[in-house]
Amino acid sequence: MNIIYLLLGLSIVIAVLFLTAFFWANKSGQNDDLYTPSVRMLFDDEPKQPGKEQSDEDHIQT
Amino acid sequence: MTEKFYYDNKTVRNFAIATVVWGIVGMTVGLLAAMQLFKPAMNLGTQYTTFGRIRPLHTNAVIFAFVGNAIFMGVYYSLQRLLKARMFSDILSAIHFWGWQLIIVATAITLPLGLTTSHEYAEMEWPIDIGITLIWVVFGINMFGTIFKRREKHMYVAIWFYIATFVTVAVLHIVNSVELPISFFKSYYVYAGVQDALVQWWYGHNAVAFFLTTPYLGMMYYYLPKMANRPVYSYKLSILHFWSLIFIYIWAGPHHLLYTSLPTWVQSLSTVFSVMLIAPSWGGMINGLLTLRGAWDKVREDPRLKFMVVGITCYGMATFEGPMLALKQINAIAHYTDWIVAHVHVGALGWNGFLTFAVLYWIIPRIYNTTLYSVKLASFHFWIGTLGIIFYAVPLYFAGFTQGLMWKEFTPEGLLKYPNFLETLRQILPMYMMRALGGTLYLTGVIVMSYNLIKTMAAGSLVANEAAEASPLPSVFVAQGTDKKWHRFLERKPLLFLVLSLVVILIGGMVEMMPTFTIKSNIPTITSVKPYSPLELQGRDLYIREGCVNCHSQMIRPFRSETERYGEYSKAGEFVYDHPFLWGSKRTGPDLQREGGKYGNAWHYNHLFDPQTMSPGSIMPPYEWLINQQLDTTTTRAKITAMRSLGVPYETGYEAMANAALEKQAKSIADDLRQNNIKVKSDREIIAIVAYLQRLGTDIKAK
Repeated sequence: MNIIYLLLGLSIVIAVLFLTAFFWANKSGQNDDLYTPSVRMLFDDEPKQPGKEQSDEDHIQT
Repeated sequence: MTEKFYYDNKTVRNFAIATVVWGIVGMTVGLLAAMQLFKPAMNLGTQYTTFGRIRPLHTNAVIFAFVGNAIFMGVYYSLQRLLKARMFSDILSAIHFWGWQLIIVATAITLPLGLTTSHEYAEMEWPIDIGITLIWVVFGINMFGTIFKRREKHMYVAIWFYIATFVTVAVLHIVNSVELPISFFKSYYVYAGVQDALVQWWYGHNAVAFFLTTPYLGMMYYYLPKMANRPVYSYKLSILHFWSLIFIYIWAGPHHLLYTSLPTWVQSLSTVFSVMLIAPSWGGMINGLLTLRGAWDKVREDPRLKFMVVGITCYGMATFEGPMLALKQINAIAHYTDWIVAHVHVGALGWNGFLTFAVLYWIIPRIYNTTLYSVKLASFHFWIGTLGIIFYAVPLYFAGFTQGLMWKEFTPEGLLKYPNFLETLRQILPMYMMRALGGTLYLTGVIVMSYNLIKTMAAGSLVANEAAEASPLPSVFVAQGTDKKWHRFLERKPLLFLVLSLVVILIGGMVEMMPTFTIKSNIPTITSVKPYSPLELQGRDLYIREGCVNCHSQMIRPFRSETERYGEYSKAGEFVYDHPFLWGSKRTGPDLQREGGKYGNAWHYNHLFDPQTMSPGSIMPPYEWLINQQLDTTTTRAKITAMRSLGVPYETGYEAMANAALEKQAKSIADDLRQNNIKVKSDREIIAIVAYLQRLGTDIKAK
């Protein structure tokens, strides 16, 4: 059971490492632009038909 | 300047049809299996449709055929659009589609024939394993080929999940399929006992994680924002929960083996990581549900969003329940009971099923350039499906608690209150009937859906090649602003992403497996444990063929309630010659680890011939074919040789005498049966299986 002390120490070190990595990522601006990639996928993927703006409503009539 | 190109919708359509067809097949087989649990005669009187053989057929059909095809449908549709590129190669797409169907058909033929490795969710024999590997590589090449020729530099979060799925499933499948073939239809795992169990549940749990979860999270990240027409709630959360999910998930496998002979340190490690797993799992759920912020009015009208919401909620419930079940105190009651069956079905029917239906209702009208035939029918499907889940899960939760507690109950005198296992089973038979009703409702919904989709397809026509336009990638990419940050950089580097994901998922498995495989003290050997005799070995393979392990465990946990009922608890050293391990995960019948010597040969013979005569009220099917069929002894030699090369200490040259020893032992059992007025030839299969049952657990049994 002595191994538990090593494991406890190791887990705390790893947890602190992960936490530091997270704070560093946030601070260094990794998360500065979270908008562009999330909206980009929403655009421009309907089959284009001349003169008609297609939307989801065209595929389901509630 | 833009380029014109075409999306491949035909492959998407093919995978969609396969999803529906195999879904119906897999669920029907599941229903058949469910009915056998209260009416054994529903095995239709043949060995090919008996529970032990069709339960793996059901699980593999719904996991790899239904969900598998749905994954490919979802990936092929979304990948092309996210990357603004047609799939890399039409030929590879076709090989992928037809190859996968061939694997399914081969599985559907071989499993009822009893050709099984017995590893749960990986029962297919080695030639099919190789087929799976090849087709998976084809999928990978096709996916990465598409990524390399993309017109959108940035890889959206859905694609990260697809990449992690690809690489992890490859690792899991290969490690879990290291088998030594002894013929075209039979092989032995190179791992034995405790180590085999560890590999199996590392695989089994992560098949849930990386086949049923990560690709579906990827699909959620694409289809849900599309359906709600708004961006995902938090992109930051998606980055965080992606990496933490794939890192933590891989450690959790051994929670399927709590209180078993697996070294305790591995068990504890898996519990810790299972509890941590709540965070990233719920991160995904929250990110999904909150994507609908401000769009909840749409949920009222749109059945696809209803499916999505209930599906994601089921995911949340299952991923909360999972960590709870991984706590030893709860696991002590829940393990081996129907609680676990209820738990997985909340995930499978709710999360996988409902997301699949939502995506099908979304894709089919689109690629057929029409509207959904009937929104009313889709709504009906939603409600009957939801009712189906409730009627399935709630009775089984009751069955699980009830039986789990009955097994553990003592009288004030300190005796088992329900010493007869059947008494605990009879208590829950009504729940089994309700479960079958739930399954019927759910299946009805799927049939209604297929009618709705067929009508939709008939009303439109397939746009096999859908025109699209996009600018090609500039030859030199100049990163600006946040594009320079390292995670954004990583989001543009598919191969680096693949390698990093691989490293992240390898850590947990290595930490758990390396010591268990290399440090001797993890599996203390016992000198009195000897290899199986040739007849017992053949009997063991029949036990595997019939899928006995689907209902009978061979792992007595160190509780007084179990040692009272079954005998001395199981020790790691008892299983060192077990290729594969047969601990099982469900006790529909009693544990068999100490079965040897409990009853006479005649009892076993009569019990296998007609279980109800020896155990009135039993739901075990009769195995009369074991009496009619002759034992195939031509394989004995190869089996002994194979076992020796796996480290089982049969003396050199023993394989030549093995069949003589086999016949001698078979004769002595047949003679014993004759003294009890049972006339049976000694070359029948039943003799071998009785020999095996009589051997079970006797190596360390106090005489």
